[in-house]
Amino acid sequence: MSERALFIDYARCIGCQACVQACEECDTHRGQPMIHLETIRRRDSVQTAPQVCMHCEDPICAQVCPADAIKKGPDGVVHSALTHRCIGCSNCVLACPFGVPKYFAAIDQMMKCDLCYDRTSIGKKPMCATVCPSQALTFMTPEELERTRRGTAVNEWVFGEERVRTKVSVVVPHEVKEVHVNLVQLGKRREKAEPDDVAALLEEG
Amino acid sequence: MAKLPIVTERLIEEFGPHLNTIPPGGFAPVGEPDRVVETHCCFCGQQCGIKLKVKENKVVGFEPWEEFPFNQGKLCPKGVKRYMQDEHPDRLKAPLLRAEGRGFVPTSWDDALDRTARAIKSIQEKHGKAAFAMLGGASLTNEKAYLVGKFARVALGTENIDYNGRLCMVSAAAASKKVLGIDRAANPWSDIPKAEVILVAGANIAECAPITTDYLWRARENGAKIIVLDPRMTPIARTADLYIPVRSGGDIGIFNGMLHVMIERGWIDRKFIAEHTTGWDALEKVLERYTPEHAGKIAGVPPRLIVQAAELWGPARSSFLLHARGIEHHSKGVDNCMAAINLVVATGRIGREGSGYAMITGQGNGQGGREQGQKADQLPGARDIENPEHRKHIASVWGVPEAVLPRKGLSAVEIFEAIHAGKIKGLLSICFNPMVSLPDQDFVREALEKLEFYATIEFFMSETARHADVVLAGSLLEEDEGTTTNVEGRVILHRKVVDPPEGARADWKIICDLASRLGYVNKFKYDSPRDIFEELRRASAGGISDYAGITWDRIEREHGVFWPCPSEDHPGTPRLYEGGRFGHADGKAHFQPVEWRPATEEPDEEYPLVLTTGRVVAHYLSGSQTRRIGGLVKQVPEPFCEMHPRLAEKLGVSEGELVTVESRRGTVTVKAMIVRTIRPDTVFVPYHWPDERAINRCTIKALDPVSKIPEYKICAVRVRRATAEEAAAR
Repeated sequence: MSERALFIDYARCIGCQACVQACEECDTHRGQPMIHLETIRRRDSVQTAPQVCMHCEDPICAQVCPADAIKKGPDGVVHSALTHRCIGCSNCVLACPFGVPKYFAAIDQMMKCDLCYDRTSIGKKPMCATVCPSQALTFMTPEELERTRRGTAVNEWVFGEERVRTKVSVVVPHEVKEVHVNLVQLGKRREKAEPDDVAALLEEG
Repeated sequence: MAKLPIVTERLIEEFGPHLNTIPPGGFAPVGEPDRVVETHCCFCGQQCGIKLKVKENKVVGFEPWEEFPFNQGKLCPKGVKRYMQDEHPDRLKAPLLRAEGRGFVPTSWDDALDRTARAIKSIQEKHGKAAFAMLGGASLTNEKAYLVGKFARVALGTENIDYNGRLCMVSAAAASKKVLGIDRAANPWSDIPKAEVILVAGANIAECAPITTDYLWRARENGAKIIVLDPRMTPIARTADLYIPVRSGGDIGIFNGMLHVMIERGWIDRKFIAEHTTGWDALEKVLERYTPEHAGKIAGVPPRLIVQAAELWGPARSSFLLHARGIEHHSKGVDNCMAAINLVVATGRIGREGSGYAMITGQGNGQGGREQGQKADQLPGARDIENPEHRKHIASVWGVPEAVLPRKGLSAVEIFEAIHAGKIKGLLSICFNPMVSLPDQDFVREALEKLEFYATIEFFMSETARHADVVLAGSLLEEDEGTTTNVEGRVILHRKVVDPPEGARADWKIICDLASRLGYVNKFKYDSPRDIFEELRRASAGGISDYAGITWDRIEREHGVFWPCPSEDHPGTPRLYEGGRFGHADGKAHFQPVEWRPATEEPDEEYPLVLTTGRVVAHYLSGSQTRRIGGLVKQVPEPFCEMHPRLAEKLGVSEGELVTVESRRGTVTVKAMIVRTIRPDTVFVPYHWPDERAINRCTIKALDPVSKIPEYKICAVRVRRATAEEAAAR
């Protein structure tokens, strides 16, 4: 049996923010959540998406850190900046393709999700995945995931010319083998009606 | 009693709500706690298992309780932050007396209890026993709920006792009793993921019962089709196989229309109907009229959606129906629920693994809270207060003549009507905040101002407690111990986590102290809540909700026990109606023909929009607890008015702009939230806030004739941009 890993299943997210509230309770950064809950254009949809650190195999945040403050452990966990090394330059904030690291002016330091290292290093689940009521965030083995979810886990990301592999995977339909993240073209009108438009649903009759 | 002793601003200054954002000792790592106590969340009916960390008699944090089978460590944001209400600056730590012009002043327990007992006696001597009413709460443990019912009927001798579950579950309860014979979810939640099709009616599960979403998603992973009825596209509806944006109040159109199609297509189980039910012929006759076209008009949706729903629900081999306040908060709430249950029974898909039915309990102990006898028409064991045999049994357990027990009294809203009319002069309440939760708020305030005497047992100064003559500082759930009964019918144990602060007192002790002062010391001699539970077991024995075989030790050992459980060697009953044996004396389900009728107040030219109300995930009920927890308030700081962009355009309103919602009863000014996920003829405002932000200023106190639940889910309003004065007054 493989080791347990963190998976994100956006189709399950209900936007409740239990993950954000619980992340704040993690002993390494108590009082400060390291997970973000993104609302995807609330005007059009109730879709939400939790964003944790994806723990890249070759983390660009660590590559661009001039102070060598971000370390990846042998278990693949990319740790948050070490307090005594981080110089608060925000290079990592700008470089991360997932928008994860955040700069906190009050402590002049970057902070980001470290996969609840205080918990996962002793065999517990990360706080966010433990509490997530809809299990949009889940911590299990790939075999368990395959057995219990309809989708498939993908950890290959394509950002333009850049290909990134991550320790954290997303659950997507079987036909998807990698996730392409494209730039949004500002000002471009959408051609189709909004899928979640209740008025349109009523008119279709 | 009269108007507030001082202005609201000064009461808020002294008693809050203030925000607690930092746990005891700050956010520094807790380190090793002194104790970790396995208990349950204090909020909704899911009653999730949670471990609370204790250091120096303070709750300093939590740990997920992954071994508890219902939620397996999962929690919603309220559960995560629930520990922040301990050590809260607003916590009441002494009994308080109203002091005109000064607010409230602390007094001794003897003084507070003596004054309360004197006032009760004086009112009852002058105006009769029934002139003093009691209101309980569905957040109380079974032990406290039992005690409240007994106190009202024995020590107060009043028939006017009801509880705030009246605002929540009573339509579902009445419908369940009428059709199935028992008021309880028919199946354990573990049956949900095994169903082939699931119908979710009027239940914003993601926000009101978040833990249940995982059960639904697990069903979906197993291939289940999900149908959702709601005027708003909720997070559950977003990925449903079929979402029907039903107009509030039109649900019977959907249910009857589906059944009409199912009869035509041969998707009903005639063998099951013949062997296990009564009343089918009358129902079938009524259903003839509910063609998809007619039903669609009632429901305000295209007829094809009703046909599609029938096509998903009808031919399935297993199915599960879930409903909640969306179909229950109506002046035809019982009819709505019965029409829904008819769908289940007509297919015979109930009482077996993966096939069943459940109403989703909203309040913490909404289920047990009504079984133990604080509901106007029920005695413990969910017994009928008008049934001579039932009365005799309870009278013998309580050691009183049967004739002494009062008859059925007024329901919660009716109690306020009687107060307003001057018929009820005194009131004692516990964990009930009508100044936020009851409809037509101006009427409620006027009623409170007419009371000769009002005492309340609370741990925070609620908006209603501000009107009291005496505030008795009670206890948080984690400062005492006792059982609750969760959404599944599973009886669970809340362990004592910490002591109440000095000056506050356990609720059950306050009630017993009062009973003693009213001359009933011998009837209320208990050493502990466990002692009360032992009496409750005897009282419930042989009743519908039979707890006789449930012990606290068993609950701990078995992670809860499902009622009915008539003896200690009985395994409990997670699934009702197995083998098609229903709860009525004849063992059959009784179909109830239901005709649609309009809401009490439909939109018209003057008030052209439907107002519907409900919850947000970060807050609980009247917000008396959650509006004091910083993290939750940050998540959803204030109410809002959801409206469709087409409506917003018509009204000339933009996102975030202040709008005034007006009904015939009142107005409220809130920010506009413009979303395509709501019907264009409907606006939604959540109800957790008081005073100027209370949407219950606008709602109507029309009641279902059977359940007496208020019609929170539909009334007529108009919406416009707020004036400068209204904006400034917020």
